[in-house]
Amino acid sequence: MRKLIVAGALLASAFALGGPAAAQDEPPLMTRDWGFLGPFGTYDRAAAQRGFQVYKEVCSACHSMNMMAYRNLEELGLTENQVKGIAAEVQIPDISDDGSPIDRPGRPSDHFKKPFPNELAAAAANGGKAPPDLSVIVKARPGGANYVYSLLQGYVPFDKLTPEEIKTAMVTKDDNYNKYFPGHRIAMPPPLTDGKVQFIGDAKNDLQSQVSDVVEFLAWASEPHLEARNRTGIRVVLFLLVFAGFMYALKRAVWADKH
Amino acid sequence: MASQHGAQPVFNNKVIAWIDHRLPIFSYIEKEYHTFPTPRNFNYFWNFGAIATVMLLLMIATGVVLAMNYQPNSELAFASVERIMRDVPSGWLLRYMHMTGASFFFAAVYVHIFRGLYYGSYKAPRELLWILGVVILLLMMATAFLGYVLPWGQMSFWGATVITNLFSAIPVVGDSIVTWLWGGFAVDNPTLNRFFALHYLLPFIIVGVVALHVVALHVHGSNNPLGIDPKGPQDTVPFHPYYTMKDGFGVVCFLIVYAIFVFFLPNALGEPVNYVPANPMVTPNEIVPEWYLLPFYAILRAVPDKLGGVICMFGAIAVLFVLPWLDTSRVRSCTFRPVYKWFVFLLVADVLILGVCGAHPPEGWYVPISRICAIYYFFHFLVLLPILGKIERPLPLPPSIADAVLSKKA
Repeated sequence: MRKLIVAGALLASAFALGGPAAAQDEPPLMTRDWGFLGPFGTYDRAAAQRGFQVYKEVCSACHSMNMMAYRNLEELGLTENQVKGIAAEVQIPDISDDGSPIDRPGRPSDHFKKPFPNELAAAAANGGKAPPDLSVIVKARPGGANYVYSLLQGYVPFDKLTPEEIKTAMVTKDDNYNKYFPGHRIAMPPPLTDGKVQFIGDAKNDLQSQVSDVVEFLAWASEPHLEARNRTGIRVVLFLLVFAGFMYALKRAVWADKH
Repeated sequence: MASQHGAQPVFNNKVIAWIDHRLPIFSYIEKEYHTFPTPRNFNYFWNFGAIATVMLLLMIATGVVLAMNYQPNSELAFASVERIMRDVPSGWLLRYMHMTGASFFFAAVYVHIFRGLYYGSYKAPRELLWILGVVILLLMMATAFLGYVLPWGQMSFWGATVITNLFSAIPVVGDSIVTWLWGGFAVDNPTLNRFFALHYLLPFIIVGVVALHVVALHVHGSNNPLGIDPKGPQDTVPFHPYYTMKDGFGVVCFLIVYAIFVFFLPNALGEPVNYVPANPMVTPNEIVPEWYLLPFYAILRAVPDKLGGVICMFGAIAVLFVLPWLDTSRVRSCTFRPVYKWFVFLLVADVLILGVCGAHPPEGWYVPISRICAIYYFFHFLVLLPILGKIERPLPLPPSIADAVLSKKA
């Protein structure tokens, strides 16, 4: 048994040390006590709905979310009619019954409308590189939600940079400098500023609040089944713990005559 | 096999008796999994064969259903995996079970291999049993690599590129082999198609080799922590219920840890960059395989020459095939090998350090450390093991398993 523990400890230390190397000169990420972390995590639906509004009014000008359909928004607490309304606001290219290309109003079953017809167009309109799709962006970056949260607040205006920062990141006054972006020179200009998006009601819309909301939305989009996963997980682990207890008792009973 | 474990069983159920008279599957189960005499002194390390079997079956079960929903096409693969996660009922569960299951299958098998190393389970008359096990490990590595390519993320694509490119190190025919593996002149749709076909095929070959592994095991029975052969009925217990129940307990405990990862940390063992769709124009900062292949990846990169690196990487597995003949000691269990015992732990530490080196770019201290560890890996098997067996003085072996067990209790 002692050997098993030793082996387990060795294995655990290998996991701990085995991760990829951290970025070199970026500061540690800003963190926030996200409600979706941990085994009991859930999403803040009001924040995620506001985050969708931020995405729709700002991010979606350049960033697609190809894995998301309008119908998915019902899971965020929007009603069927609200979703129909949101979908109908966009024109989706389609083919009519007689075979000619048309644009028709969106339906809940449509995926989020892409800002550019294809990847080449997206790259051409954005200095040669297509803006990344945001469907799973929170899972696709080391640091996850905290990375996106930091990045969107990590811009430093050119006139506030030290000469050394300008030199190492090789930025000019036409470039964007971001503390948290690997290499610091980022193509995306600062997308959000204080008061950029007007929310209904009394929700705060300073930069940090807007960023928190849009990250909540993006985290949900990356992992829409997180709540079901956590709920199921707690049941499964509890069941297995009880099962293990029974198996241990059974094993002891079976072996009683051999000890 | 039949006469060895006692008389032919008699079945009261007429249907079972009728079938068994023509196809003796019930006699087989009775003999091999019920009355089968098993050393009475197993510790919990002996659970990991059963655990690995459960993981293999779990991987096949989830994999078959995933394959029903997956599209092996480079234009569709990434989106089809996300569709499984989002729109297929319980698809997220299937996919996370399969993805995390690969890690836990390897974890179980690595513990199982450590058990074999520490207690000398590879020694006569179990050499073929061990060799079949190494074949299973190789097939698992191939299957895991092929499977990792299927989601067609950045690491899938670039991992496939790096690993298939290794074959270009072979003199003369190397480049032709790589083109043949790819089905073209780059990793592309034909590569994905064939990788999917092979990823579906190999697990069933693993099942076949596992069956041979079990048949070979049941000829002379299991080794045990003392490494001495059972001398009579007082040294053994029937497999069922004694070890079915003990294995059952071990399997459930293992599944608890597995479930914690599936439900609460499903992406902890993976690389975030694999959630970025494959892009042949953009190379990720670092190309690293999954954790269970990192020690071998470190050996590959420790050698400054490409062909040499490939030879050493495959050599690290190949040396395991001849392990039964490299170990010259006649004592199986490290319990009675006071010197070698510590070298086994040192080997484990060596492999773990290699794993850490494999996870980092080959620069700075990681280069000399991975070279020293790679050299030590081969030194352990090729030099230390043959010499130590000759000069080490093992502790006295107990007269029998029952003696050892009962004297410990008293």
